[in-house]
Amino acid sequence: MSDVLRVNPIACEGHGLCAELFPERIRLDDWGYPIVDPRPITPELEQHARRAVDSCPTLALLLARTHTNATGAAVGPGRPRR
Amino acid sequence: MTGATGLTTARQPDPPATPRGLPRLLASVREDARPTSLDEHVRRYGSTRDAVTGPALISLVEASGLRGRGGAAFPTGVKLRAVAAQRGRPVLVVNGVEAEPASGKDRALLRTTPQLVLDGAVLAAGAVGAQEVIVGIGRHAIREREVVAAAIDARRRKRIDGRVSLRVVVAPDAFVSGEETALLQFLNGGPAKPTFTPPRPFERGVGGAPTLVQNVETLAHLALIARFGAPWFRELGTPAEPGSALLTISGAVARPGIHEIALGTPLRELLTDAGGATEPVSAYLVGGYFGTWFAEPAARELLLDEEHLAARGGGFGAGVIVALPATTCPVSEVARVARYLADESAGQCGPCVHGLPAIADSLARITIGEAHDQRLARWLTEVRGRGACRHPDGATRFAASSLDVFAGEIEEHLRYGRCAASDRRVLPIPARGRDRR
Repeated sequence: MSDVLRVNPIACEGHGLCAELFPERIRLDDWGYPIVDPRPITPELEQHARRAVDSCPTLALLLARTHTNATGAAVGPGRPRR
Repeated sequence: MTGATGLTTARQPDPPATPRGLPRLLASVREDARPTSLDEHVRRYGSTRDAVTGPALISLVEASGLRGRGGAAFPTGVKLRAVAAQRGRPVLVVNGVEAEPASGKDRALLRTTPQLVLDGAVLAAGAVGAQEVIVGIGRHAIREREVVAAAIDARRRKRIDGRVSLRVVVAPDAFVSGEETALLQFLNGGPAKPTFTPPRPFERGVGGAPTLVQNVETLAHLALIARFGAPWFRELGTPAEPGSALLTISGAVARPGIHEIALGTPLRELLTDAGGATEPVSAYLVGGYFGTWFAEPAARELLLDEEHLAARGGGFGAGVIVALPATTCPVSEVARVARYLADESAGQCGPCVHGLPAIADSLARITIGEAHDQRLARWLTEVRGRGACRHPDGATRFAASSLDVFAGEIEEHLRYGRCAASDRRVLPIPARGRDRR
C-alpha cells in the first residue's frame, strides 16, 4: 500500500504551484493545469509531495491511498486523504 | 408484502414459458408500438412475486454475468453487492437520460415495454433493500415520461410492489447529464454536472444514502434473469459478456433503429438484420461519440462485444452504430462532432474546458485545408484521463480514431483544401439549448 498523487480537476484552477514545488512528478499542460505522474510516491519523495499538496490554494491536490493486488499492480486510487 | 395479494397473477395460473433465442427485451413490443400494458406484461412474463428477489437475486445476477448497458459494461452483480453492503437504506436510481445523440434504445424500452424496466427496478430495489426508486428521464423525452408515469400508476393500483415506491423525475438531457454523478447531483438539487469521486454513488448518492444507479436496459435484463435464471441468460452472448444487447443503428442502412443482438455477434449480421447498406459505406462509428471508427470492409468482421472491441482500441459503449455513407465528407463530420463535444463539456475541469475546444479548432482547420496545430497529437493523449468524468477521455478517443481512420481524407483536405465528398450531414447533433439545470 502506498500513496499516489491525484488532482481534483473540478477544484483545480491551474495556479501551478504544485509543478513548481514538485517538478519531479508534476508538470503543466499548455493551459497551466497539472499533469501528474501516476506512479506511487516513493519514501524519499514523500516530503516534496506533501509540500505540494499543502500549498495548493484550492486544496485540489491530494495524496490518495492506492492498494496493490496479489500481483503487485496498483488497483487504482482509493479514498483521498489530506 | 401487501403486493402478495396482487390480482393480476391470480388470473394466470400457468407459469410463463421460458423464452428462447432472440428477441428477449423486444419480445413483448406491440406491433402498433403502443406500450405493453401491465396485464399483457404479466401474462407474458408472470408476476415479480414468482421471480427471485432479495439477497438471492444478487448472487443470481453475479452468476448471470450481466454487465451494465449504459456504456461502462461494469458487472451489475458487483454493483448490487457494493450497495447492499453499505450502512443505511439505499435508493435506486434508474438512469433513463440517454443523452448520447445517436442512441435511442433506452427510450425505446421505456416507451414500448415500461413494465419490464420497472420490474427490473423493483426487483433490484428488493435485492439491495431499497424502498425508493427514482426514474430519471430526459426533459425532451416527453412521450417516455408519460408512458412510464402511467405504467407506475397501473402498478400502484394493483399494489404489486409492496413497500417499494416509484416516481419519475424530469432530468436535464445535455450530453454530460446522463453521467451518473451528474444525475445524482441534479437529484440532490444541484446542477446536472459530474462530481469528483470518491465518494462514489454506492457510498453516498441521493440524499447522502447509498445509491444504486442502473441503466434502463440493464434493469430490463435483470427482470428476465430474476425470472428465467443465470443459465438461461448465458444461452446467448459470450462467456465474458453473456446475454443480448440493444443497439441503435443509423446512417446508410435500410432499417435504421433499435436492434437486439446476442453479444459477440459480427457486425456483418447486424447489418443484414438492419436490411443491409443502402449505399457504399466508408466507415462505421462503433460506440457512439465516445467510440471509434472502423473502416469498410474490415469492420464487417468485428464482433460486437466490449472485450473484442476494446482489444481493437474501441468499445461497445451504449451500443451505437452509425454507417457513414462514402459520399459524405468524414472530415467535416468528425469536426462537427468534436465541436459539439467541446460545447457539451460541463465546464468544470481545466483540461476539458481548454483541451476540447483546442482539438475541435484543429479539426475545423483541416476541413478548410489549413494545417492543423502541431500540438494536436500531444493534446489527444494529454487531455485524456484528466477530467472528473470520462467526457474528455471519450472526446479524445473519438478524435484520435477519426485522425487515424480518415488519414487519407485528411491528407486530401490538406492538399486540395477539401475532399471529393459532399457535406451531407449524417451524425446527429442535438439543437442547442439543452441546459444542465
